[in-house]
Amino acid sequence: MSPISLIKVALKALFRNRMRTILSVLGIVIGVAAVITMVAMGEGSKQSIKNQMTSMGTNAIIIMPNQNRRGGVQMSADNSSEHLEEADVIALREQAQYINAVSPMISANGQAIVGNNNSPTQLSGISSDYLKIRNYEIEDGVMFDDDADRIAKVCVIGQTVVSNLFPDGNPIGKTIRYKSIPLKVIGTLKAKGSGDFGQDQDDVIFTPYQTVMKRFNATTEIRQIYANSIGEGYAEKATEEIMGILKERRSWTKPTDPFRIHTQEEMITMMTTTSDMLSLVLTAIAGISLLVGGIGIMNIMYVSVTERTKEIGLRMAIGARGRDILLQFLFESVAISLLGGLIGILLGIGASQAVKAILNWPMSVSITSVVVSFGVCFITGVFFGWYPARKASNLDPIEALRFE
Amino acid sequence: MLKNDPILSIQSLKRDFKMGDETVHALRGVSFDIHRGEFVTIMGTSGSGKSTMLNILGCMDKPTSGHYILDGEHTEKLSRDALARIRNQKIGFVFQSYNLLSRTTALENVELPLLYNSKVSAEERHRRAVKALEMVGLSERMNHLPNQMSGGQQQRVAIARALVNDPVIILADEATGNLDTRTSYEIMMIFQELHKQGKTIAFVTHEPDIATFSGRTVTLRDGLLKKDVINENVQDAKAALEALPPPETFDEEDA
Repeated sequence: MSPISLIKVALKALFRNRMRTILSVLGIVIGVAAVITMVAMGEGSKQSIKNQMTSMGTNAIIIMPNQNRRGGVQMSADNSSEHLEEADVIALREQAQYINAVSPMISANGQAIVGNNNSPTQLSGISSDYLKIRNYEIEDGVMFDDDADRIAKVCVIGQTVVSNLFPDGNPIGKTIRYKSIPLKVIGTLKAKGSGDFGQDQDDVIFTPYQTVMKRFNATTEIRQIYANSIGEGYAEKATEEIMGILKERRSWTKPTDPFRIHTQEEMITMMTTTSDMLSLVLTAIAGISLLVGGIGIMNIMYVSVTERTKEIGLRMAIGARGRDILLQFLFESVAISLLGGLIGILLGIGASQAVKAILNWPMSVSITSVVVSFGVCFITGVFFGWYPARKASNLDPIEALRFE
Repeated sequence: MLKNDPILSIQSLKRDFKMGDETVHALRGVSFDIHRGEFVTIMGTSGSGKSTMLNILGCMDKPTSGHYILDGEHTEKLSRDALARIRNQKIGFVFQSYNLLSRTTALENVELPLLYNSKVSAEERHRRAVKALEMVGLSERMNHLPNQMSGGQQQRVAIARALVNDPVIILADEATGNLDTRTSYEIMMIFQELHKQGKTIAFVTHEPDIATFSGRTVTLRDGLLKKDVINENVQDAKAALEALPPPETFDEEDA
């Protein structure tokens, strides 16, 4: 029998038992739609994590003093025996090969005040490299110069601060007061949105780090150093190199490391692993419903074969080979599953969009999940249709014709 | 037509069935030939082995021993698929209960055997099915469904289906068994017409009056050939039909 005739015969038989076909198709539709939606949910959350991480700077590396341990009691980081200092920053800038930007980070807490407006924003003392590390961009004005503005009373502010303090207009050239010290606004940053743990990345005031050290905190100690590795995949090498340079400066011989170094890559890996696990579990549950749909097809195909025993007998009597009968029934089950797959994919995409629109949940329908679902449907049809079809093709024509 | 060249030849055909520990000998060694252009009735009571015989002649079953040569092919040696090919191309079946596919038009039912022959194109399939339906006088009802037709018409569709592959032999299994006398005679008329056109027909029946329409009667009893007689006085089905009382209380549609 030619493939076209086979398809015609199969579709005709399915059309004849419309209700039954619709119900079997529904089983697959639900399964596939569930898989697509769950995968979209998993992918969506994974991507939103990635995006947030990227907005913070993909290659960022954070160096901070190690927490000291003494007799099993963990002391606070402030009590650490080793401090970071400006010379470390200079050493890293000059010696390290695997990083292309380095900046200290030292903060002060307080209120920023302009007239009647105030903003409870942390003051961050940094060098200009910090913008590169954390993916900040200047929107208006200029960034301060590391040498010329070494301890200048200038600042660059984020959009949240702009709207808090300058609701009426252009902040450039205006002065804000932070802990009674006036800081002249020389630049504003482009909006970035919220970062990974929900904090507002636009609620920032940047000022030269020496300004914070000398004028606000009166210290030579640097809390953290931010660095930027030269590219994705270099985080580990950069970490080793940084640790080596810092240890060498101190002639460090103790077995424990004096500093902790975190990389953004580590964070991304950790968080995507969690989200991978989640999507795996969701997909497995959805997969089970697809399996149940497949069993539904098998059930209906067995009923169909039994019901049409006489037809099978007749077809064999007039010359259908076992193969022809096998293919006829296999085409039916594959048609059911592919039809279910097609509708399921559309429904799954629709459901994903609906979840995105209504619940504001990050959803991402991947082409892979669509293609794989369709493939799985085809396999489901063949797999669950095979035994009923085999049963039909192995019927004895004499017995089948006698069947009532 | 070569009368001496048998289109179908069976030689000491035996068929045993295992029923638990017992063996039932349905055929105990039957031999006969059917020549091209013959119209043969195979008679026998139930249990005589005529159904078993028909199944073997129809290549749906294989003999336990003996030979069955159809159109030069030793069918007892053939595989399941090869037998399917023979059924498809050399045999035309007409069944007692018509066995038409429901919810499928007469035309599509007739086309069915050709669907399983990849050498026949869609257009040729259609052309041959139309021709076969014309031969049985149903050209007006090609697009009717089986449940829109009388028993006699359904059987005529079945005959058209048996003709469409231009078989070397038409095997009819109690083809008039479900029909009233008048309709039976009409069906026999069609068979006689086909016979006149040179078709070879083997017609299994247990009704003696049906046998009078054929040129030869083979009678089976208890798995053996009991009689094989040439019918010198072949009845004309058309004349028999005209001799019947006029249809008052029943008509063709009531079959």
